[in-house]
Amino acid sequence: MTNVSSVADPAAGPVSTGPAVRVGGNPFRFFTRLRLGDIIAIAPFIIFALLFLLIPTLGLVVGAFQDPQGNFTLQNVMDLATPQIAASFWISIRVSVTSAVLGAAIGLAIALAIIRGKLPSGIRSTVMTFSGVASQFAGIPLSFAFLATLGRLGLVTVLLKFAGFDLYKSGFNLLSFWGLTITYLYFQIPLMILIIAPAIDGLKKEWGEAAATLGATNGQFWRYIGLPVLWPNLLGTLSLLFANAFGAIATAYALTGSSLNIVPILLYAQIRGDVLHNPGLGAALALGMIVITALANIVYLVIRTRAERWLK
Amino acid sequence: MKPAKLWSWIIFAFGAAYFIVPLLATFEFSLRIRREGYTFDAYTSVFSDGRFQASFSYSLLIGVCAIIVGLLIVVPAAYYVRLRAPHLRPIIEFITLLPLVIPAIILVFGYIRMYNTSSALPLLGTNLGTDILLTLAYVALALPYMYRAVDTGLRTIDVQTLTEAANILGANQATIIAKVIFPNIIVAVLSGAFLTLAIVIGEFTIASLLNRQVFGVYMQNVGANRAFEPAALAVISFVITWGAMGMIQLLARFAPKTARRD
Amino acid sequence: MAEEFLRIDKLVKTFGGNQVVKGVDLSFNKGEFVSLLGPSGCGKTTILRMIAGFERPDSGRILVEGKDISGLAPNQRKIGMVFQAYALFPNMNVADNIGFGLKIAGMPKPQREARIEEMLQLIGLSGYGKRYPFELSGGQQQRVALARALAPSPRMLLLDEPLSALDAKIRVSLREQIRQIQRELGITTVFVTHDQEEALSISDRIVVLNTGNVEQFGQPFEIYNRPQTRFVATFVGTLNTLNATVADAGAKTVTLGGTTVTIPALPASARNGEAVALTMRPEAVSLANGATRDIVLDGKVAEVSFLGSVIRLKVDLGDNAVNLDTFNDQRTPPPAHGAPVRIGIASSDVLVLER
Repeated sequence: MTNVSSVADPAAGPVSTGPAVRVGGNPFRFFTRLRLGDIIAIAPFIIFALLFLLIPTLGLVVGAFQDPQGNFTLQNVMDLATPQIAASFWISIRVSVTSAVLGAAIGLAIALAIIRGKLPSGIRSTVMTFSGVASQFAGIPLSFAFLATLGRLGLVTVLLKFAGFDLYKSGFNLLSFWGLTITYLYFQIPLMILIIAPAIDGLKKEWGEAAATLGATNGQFWRYIGLPVLWPNLLGTLSLLFANAFGAIATAYALTGSSLNIVPILLYAQIRGDVLHNPGLGAALALGMIVITALANIVYLVIRTRAERWLK
Repeated sequence: MKPAKLWSWIIFAFGAAYFIVPLLATFEFSLRIRREGYTFDAYTSVFSDGRFQASFSYSLLIGVCAIIVGLLIVVPAAYYVRLRAPHLRPIIEFITLLPLVIPAIILVFGYIRMYNTSSALPLLGTNLGTDILLTLAYVALALPYMYRAVDTGLRTIDVQTLTEAANILGANQATIIAKVIFPNIIVAVLSGAFLTLAIVIGEFTIASLLNRQVFGVYMQNVGANRAFEPAALAVISFVITWGAMGMIQLLARFAPKTARRD
Repeated sequence: MAEEFLRIDKLVKTFGGNQVVKGVDLSFNKGEFVSLLGPSGCGKTTILRMIAGFERPDSGRILVEGKDISGLAPNQRKIGMVFQAYALFPNMNVADNIGFGLKIAGMPKPQREARIEEMLQLIGLSGYGKRYPFELSGGQQQRVALARALAPSPRMLLLDEPLSALDAKIRVSLREQIRQIQRELGITTVFVTHDQEEALSISDRIVVLNTGNVEQFGQPFEIYNRPQTRFVATFVGTLNTLNATVADAGAKTVTLGGTTVTIPALPASARNGEAVALTMRPEAVSLANGATRDIVLDGKVAEVSFLGSVIRLKVDLGDNAVNLDTFNDQRTPPPAHGAPVRIGIASSDVLVLER
């Protein structure tokens, strides 16, 4: 899970350990020399994490394997395979993967342009500030903004029609897979820029110069050194962007109502009104979401471990 | 200086267009409420709506509560992890990052099952209980940002040396935190606070499922029933987000610059 | 006459209105090891980076074997370079780092592996091929960086303060190793350093630079013993300065501490009664008993610094003070602080610097 360790801390850079910390060999030794002050300091955090993060989530995992009478069952998990639910998962995964991959690619390109493209220096700080805002500009207002832009009466749609191109007749619909993906990119791209910028800063100038003296072109530098060095960061961000899109609901809900049945919207409807007529199936849906986000992180961790050989 | 490369200008222009056009379009749309021409009537309509004022102040109140509770939980923990128990750091960091991986809807679903009226801790049975639960849910949402902000603040001031220096001068632990550590990390703390506010102010999923009339739920209602007011609300909410993030930028200029940067 | 390899012609470079290289002309021979020596800001690194192609000269030419390379991109120059901060690629192991240039050049794998092995042996790191840079010490990393630069058989090697990030002991042993490898391969090498001892010990010739100008270009022996400018004399090695007055310019005599001595190096331009600065190295001053020293002065020991094989004494001569080096002799303890001593200087060792 260290993949996201640099998320809210762009200043931390690739190395996340601080200065001069005393590292004890045995983590349990801490508990044998606890002082009252330590307990008072740590206890609220631990209690909060247990009551409002860990136990509620574990409760859902357990609930996914219980029938209404509380007995163990695999039926809920098997019921996830029904066409409606399976389709929900499929569209959710597609939207999340597409918006994460596009967001990462475009975000990387923009970050490279502002950091390595020799643009005027003011542009970088402006883009970083804007990214901070845009990465938090999600949910309901974001959907309003895109309705006003690419909706049937939106400015871009109207202007295009004026110019002789009917966006909606050409098959585009904001309330669709691509419409949702384009909307999600509005927070995915800035998030990528925020996270990857410090990593790009970490690429030493001398690596490029050394590669050049050894005969490498700029393209070869990026292929053999630049991208491989950024790779763990890129993957980590990718899995974060995936989780970010996979759990997002407000944007899609306000944008499409229930016309695009992504998993979180299905789960939302289930919690509101038990539309699946089975509380256990709701828990199984939640379990499915947890498993998929966890898988995305495990894939990342496995690849990172391979890269770890050269990570300090 | 070498001139900027063409490709970087092209990428930048493309990105700028993608990010600026929706903002302009939204603003333009919000002015279209009258057939006669552009007016600010949509904004007047929003601001004079009693539910806007109520939901916005409620969101603000819950946000401030979440910031206070969050700080009470995070600051002592981050301080002790950095100073006394650095080997616990991976575990604590893992926990603080969970909310980025566990979707909000899963959290609130878990809360609803765990704190319902028939449970051992029936927070959802009363209005106050539900408010408390909403606050704590927002603390959870903001946890990764809050922890990171405080931890970054602590790193830049070299807690260990400051604490040892204060200890030699005879200060006790409480005095150290209140008089030495906190004033030095206040900028980082405020950054975390504004970030929390930006996240909380438009939140929809959790509040909606807990049946709380927050600003996000209000916006969703308006969106379902009106045509032009939502655009006005989007503009307002973008300005609020920009304001909160702008405060963070402003604060960064006052951050302590004396300590080492790593 | 040695064969000219690299020629630098009226090279000028300006950064933001500040001229850091002011029309430098240099000519290096094939197989020569040349140091660019000077304080920070003297332009030495800028010259090196212009040779490598990372900076574009404002004017002037850089010729390798008679051909102007100014228009070539760095990756077309076939020049190897070693950086101060090692700059090994962190994602590649030692073998892949060394083989990078060969891979780019399209050398087939079997030959490449043979060459990598050859280079590993050259730097004394056989068996380290599979390690990653972070697993190596600084000195080992810099050896790998050297091997990486040499593997594609570049026509020239540039070393940008390659030793300054290392510990003192490793610095000395690595510089000897670099010099040995350079001799073995006979590759023309330009070495940038601000450390005069390093430059003196390793170079065939030294270019002393100051504020963008060449102060002196010559062999270490010349640079040290016959500095041509005051800057060179003071920057390279330690220098004693004695204030004297010209007694008779025609007879080349000066008055020093109440006695009149003959200074062969006194310039013809000197005038009677003029104040001059006589300078000499600490090792040119001896505790005088010998008749070989024609200048003899009396003073008191002001400081004694034990430096190991050498003992440095600071002697107070009243209106002047000199440092002198004397060999450590186990049987003769150095004079005590405050003890009266007599020192001798050979007038032929004395330089008179222009003010």
